[in-house]
Amino acid sequence: MDQAKSLESRVGDALGNEQLQSNFRSAMDYLVEKRSEKFQDEDSLISLRDSASSIRDNSISNLPKLLVKLEESLINNNIQVHWAETDIEANNIIYQILDEANAKKVVKGKSMVTEEIELNEFLDSKNIEILETDLGEFLVQLANEKPSHIVMPAIHKSRREISKVFSDHFPDFPYTEDVDLITQQARKILRDRFREADAGISGVNFAVAETGTLCLVENEGNGRMCTTTPPLHIAVAGIEKVVESLSDLPPLLDILTKSATGQEITTYFNMISSPRRHDEKDGPLSMHVVLLDNGRSKIHQNTEMQETLKCIRCGSCINHCPVYTQLGGHAYGTVYPGPIGITLEPQQKGISMLGDLTSLCTMCGACAEVCPVQIPLPKLINRLRSETVEGDYMKQFIEGVGSQRKPMESFTWQIWKYIYGNSALYSICSAVITKLRFLAPKRIGGWSKYRVIQKPSRSSLKQLAKQAGIKNE
Amino acid sequence: MSNEVYFLGTCIVDLFYPNAGLAGMQILQREGIEVIYPSGQTCCGQPAFNSGYRKETLKVARAQMKCFPKNIPIIIPSGSCAGMIKHQWPNLFKDEQDLEAAMSVVERVYEFTEFLVDRLNVKLIDLGEPTKIAIHTSCSSRNEMKVEDRIEKLISQLSSVEVLEQERKSECCGFGGTFAVKQADISGSMVNDKTSALEATNASCVISQECGCLMNIGGALQKQNSKMKSQHIAQFIWDRTNGPS
Repeated sequence: MDQAKSLESRVGDALGNEQLQSNFRSAMDYLVEKRSEKFQDEDSLISLRDSASSIRDNSISNLPKLLVKLEESLINNNIQVHWAETDIEANNIIYQILDEANAKKVVKGKSMVTEEIELNEFLDSKNIEILETDLGEFLVQLANEKPSHIVMPAIHKSRREISKVFSDHFPDFPYTEDVDLITQQARKILRDRFREADAGISGVNFAVAETGTLCLVENEGNGRMCTTTPPLHIAVAGIEKVVESLSDLPPLLDILTKSATGQEITTYFNMISSPRRHDEKDGPLSMHVVLLDNGRSKIHQNTEMQETLKCIRCGSCINHCPVYTQLGGHAYGTVYPGPIGITLEPQQKGISMLGDLTSLCTMCGACAEVCPVQIPLPKLINRLRSETVEGDYMKQFIEGVGSQRKPMESFTWQIWKYIYGNSALYSICSAVITKLRFLAPKRIGGWSKYRVIQKPSRSSLKQLAKQAGIKNE
Repeated sequence: MSNEVYFLGTCIVDLFYPNAGLAGMQILQREGIEVIYPSGQTCCGQPAFNSGYRKETLKVARAQMKCFPKNIPIIIPSGSCAGMIKHQWPNLFKDEQDLEAAMSVVERVYEFTEFLVDRLNVKLIDLGEPTKIAIHTSCSSRNEMKVEDRIEKLISQLSSVEVLEQERKSECCGFGGTFAVKQADISGSMVNDKTSALEATNASCVISQECGCLMNIGGALQKQNSKMKSQHIAQFIWDRTNGPS
């Protein structure tokens, strides 16, 4: 997580980079278009969103019960279950499993939760080689960067930049800007790594409580390779990933792929229900699941904010966010960017550290309109904003409530309250303002950098209404 | 149906777009509606609410509640102020003792174009010169109030008005209230994208039902020395349907 620079300077960097802005603009236009092609029929979209949302409501409102059931089913399936309360705990558990198996080379499928715990950095420090096998993640890892989007991690890179990263690292291959050729080259490189790997690590899209099935949605087949080729498979999942039964999967999968990439269905959908059985010829010999809390159960305790946990990580709120489109993902300096990021991250890491992220929203509501599970993101962001400056409501849930209250800003709102809360006082002020309109400032901070300031009118509407003989009560 | 309504002008209209507010009331009067403009009104509370200052918002919101006692519709010439009361007040007042009083205001709120189309079914006769315009639908009218097509329905009745469509029409203009000050550079980048899209249509004017957006887009157009004007829908309709002034 890049919080070394201030939000202001990260935003400045992003807005100052024309190439980056144009990369994001065209990528988001493309994703918005792809999604909308899949949801031409309004009625079926409404019913699909309703059913996906109620499935996730059920998951979250019955979370403790479903997690107990999930653990039981996983153990029945011969999958070992580990509970991690924090990122550090999760990393240690994973390291211990790898260490006991003497695993030195690890391949990993795309997983945001392992970004969240910074697993790559941790295993590097333990001299375990961990390789990203999703093409986008692979490129990001080669470039020594972080994902800029939760579904398309290398979306900030232009084709040329990708070609350069690739040819710098693999000079034996002929330079090309043809994405299909680069993909073929990556396949060749990765194929051997899958064969040599001692262990595979994956995320989880849905964990089915009733059957102990772990589902993995992907397009490149690398997820399947990671979870079937090496002798050991470790899956890492946030505890909110649980769903009650197999019948919950079709609507969720349907709306996930359409919302995320505008695909009818992804190329691969893996349903993993056990390690290799005695009569089977392939699959890992042993399987572990690490169920990560990392602040989730605290979010769960708050009935208003727990809707955050319904998220299925499709990224469509991000794709439709006009602020993300301007900035790209890195400016957020967090694992999860965009509307879901500014909702989730301050709750996880506290208001003191990340409360200012809630300013990255115009309250336009585009995110809530497309969220496949109907998370009321603007409402949650607004609540968090109030926690940044007031915060007697969520003290027990979030660290640092009220810590972002700035004296000048607070003073301004007190003045506002007195004037606008008192109609007689307001009448005097508005009369004075219209009389003294020539005193209107020519510059107001950043506003006038981009706009001419409009002077107050000669008369207020109240005065005009009176002149026009409109009744006033 | 009683033919009385309240008009809640909004704080931006009161000081910056009073003629749009007056035009809105005149259109209603022309439809045989008796309009009341309660003089005690100030602001719906939206600026403070979106900045996180809920206690201050409550104080100002309460001051409005007293201004609209009769059980008649409250017409608001702004999607976001209408949305603030209709969709945010229930949340704001949910743990307050005067929730019921707040809800009696909430239930009577209409956005101006919504009322003209849904309740009055107005018929407009265009008396203006041929013109080409673009429509900017505010995000609140679209996503919160879900009345974004009413402005289109009204304008489609104006026979000499050609509507040109800008690219990414539904994208936010970057206003967002205090967002435009707090994140001024992001907001600036957004409004520049919006004005570029509008300029590309060659429309002579951009029309909206939201004065916040108009202040943002209009101010940016002026800064860029653009010929394109901006106007509130109420003013636009009144000017075109009321004959030469």
